[in-house]
Amino acid sequence: MKRRSLFLISAMVFGFAFLYVPIISLIVYSFNKSKLVTVWAGFSTQWYGALLQNDQILQAAWISLRIATLNATVAMALGTIAGFVLARFKRFRGRTLFTGLVTAPLVMPEVITGLSLLLLFVALESIIGWPSGRGFATITIAHITFSLAYVAVIVQSRLADMDESIEEAALDLGARPLKIFFMITLPIIAPALVAGWLLAFTLSLDDLVIASFVSGPGSSTLPMVIFSKVRLGVSPEINALATILVALVAVGTIIAGVAMLRSQKVRERDVQMAAADN
Amino acid sequence: MTTRGIPAVTGRIIRQAESLLKRAGLEGLAIWLARRVRRVRHLGRNLVIAIPYAWLLAFFLIPFVIVLKIALSDAAIAQPPYTPLWEWVGDQYLNIKVNLGNFMFLVEDNLYWKSYLNSVKVALVSTVACLLIGYPMAYGIARAKSAYRTILLMLVILPFWTSFLIRVYAWIGILKNNGLLNNFLMWLGVIDSPIVMLQTDFAVYLGIVYSYLPFMILPLYANLEKLDETLLEAAYDLGCKPARTFLTVTLPLSVPGIIAGSMLVFIPAVGEFVIPALLGAPDTLMIGRILWDEFFGNRDWPVASAVAIALLLLLVIPIVILQHNQARNSEANS
Repeated sequence: MKRRSLFLISAMVFGFAFLYVPIISLIVYSFNKSKLVTVWAGFSTQWYGALLQNDQILQAAWISLRIATLNATVAMALGTIAGFVLARFKRFRGRTLFTGLVTAPLVMPEVITGLSLLLLFVALESIIGWPSGRGFATITIAHITFSLAYVAVIVQSRLADMDESIEEAALDLGARPLKIFFMITLPIIAPALVAGWLLAFTLSLDDLVIASFVSGPGSSTLPMVIFSKVRLGVSPEINALATILVALVAVGTIIAGVAMLRSQKVRERDVQMAAADN
Repeated sequence: MTTRGIPAVTGRIIRQAESLLKRAGLEGLAIWLARRVRRVRHLGRNLVIAIPYAWLLAFFLIPFVIVLKIALSDAAIAQPPYTPLWEWVGDQYLNIKVNLGNFMFLVEDNLYWKSYLNSVKVALVSTVACLLIGYPMAYGIARAKSAYRTILLMLVILPFWTSFLIRVYAWIGILKNNGLLNNFLMWLGVIDSPIVMLQTDFAVYLGIVYSYLPFMILPLYANLEKLDETLLEAAYDLGCKPARTFLTVTLPLSVPGIIAGSMLVFIPAVGEFVIPALLGAPDTLMIGRILWDEFFGNRDWPVASAVAIALLLLLVIPIVILQHNQARNSEANS
């Protein structure tokens, strides 16, 4: 028994080291004075300064943030509806196709999604004249399409866990479906919506391949700029940028995790109190 | 609940009308009324379904139809990349005459076969490697104390939330000739001169395993966490050794998790572009990269579309396995 757990512990230590060493090395070398990223020449924050002077990166970051915000909001709305349909409407015409359409974007290679959407936009432009040229709008639509699927899956699994008898009780008391959805279902699945929004936001902020296909001149997103720089080799400015992104994500994840733990504890306590009252 | 899409007041009036009709002996009319009403009541529900359905049809399914159409159209190599589509589609007869040319091109040219097979090989090896690293980790997390479990799980998810591109980029700094790993090995005295690791197949495997490891761990964890421990206790009580217990009890029960994790790694890995582009050699043959080069380099849209269709056909089987596995899992849960 003991030997196996030793094996497990070493496997986990190795696994987590594997996951974190590259990220930590990025952070450490972003504070390196030397331009040669792997030679340590003393502590410095000059690359963060250089980053703030880099208009190309800043402009791309601003475009990416705007796309990500809009994408996350629309994808959350559409994805919630799709997840609700999947979880609650067990039978309707075309359900099989619908299920396939929601799950396929999750595993579809990005090159295919990107190419197919670009061809769609080109066809649309020649037929109805919209979108005239590609850029912000086309990237946002493309991102919504795959982000929606992630939100739908999260919402669906949350709804599947939810106690339907609460909704049924409201229905028996004469509440209308729309009211039930907004007064009861939505507050209960709100954590899933927040998680879905955040996931859609980061997915959009992270996407290189699809954005490259459907973007136009003057609408390079942050990953596109990073990719074109990184292809030429390692750059300390990118390390600084990476550190900022990792820090933001880590803080966000920790806050979300703590909030989730706390709400879980509150809920458990409420359930216990309710049980004690009876 | 969703069938009550109209105001309660209207519902009451209709019910009264129905009962009146029934009392008046007009049952046929009552049934007819009920049917009409049901149809109207379904309107709200249908609208709810229609919104995401329409979006996915317009921006996910129809684009594939267009890809297929262009893949079957004449190779417009001479055309600039922004040629309007109707020029190809307009002449149906011409299309049919030359339509399989792009696919014939893919079959005849060795490059495509090689990249096709190489993509499958890279994805398979990476999936097995992910499984070998991910399984013990998922098992360890599932067996950890619940206080640690949340933290460990968050540690698995955290890299998944940070930029994929940047995580791949981090490996350039580690693997290059004067990078961290070579410096470390030389400091240890294991090697005298740097080993070339960047721009090799090894780097591609490493990058894929690194990037997709969370996709393997999470479904495995979800499966192993549900494992009924009394089964293990029973096996031990009956004198089964840990290794045998694992092989005969735990492993077979975790097959759905293994399938889900493997498909989630294999499917995107086959079409991967970023990792071979950044970590692989310039001549690393991966189908996602070929598609990209065909499109952005050669600006040959029809061949790029044909490559996309070929890649899609390759992925149909694993996607069906995944869907089937998922459906069976959700059935078993409910």
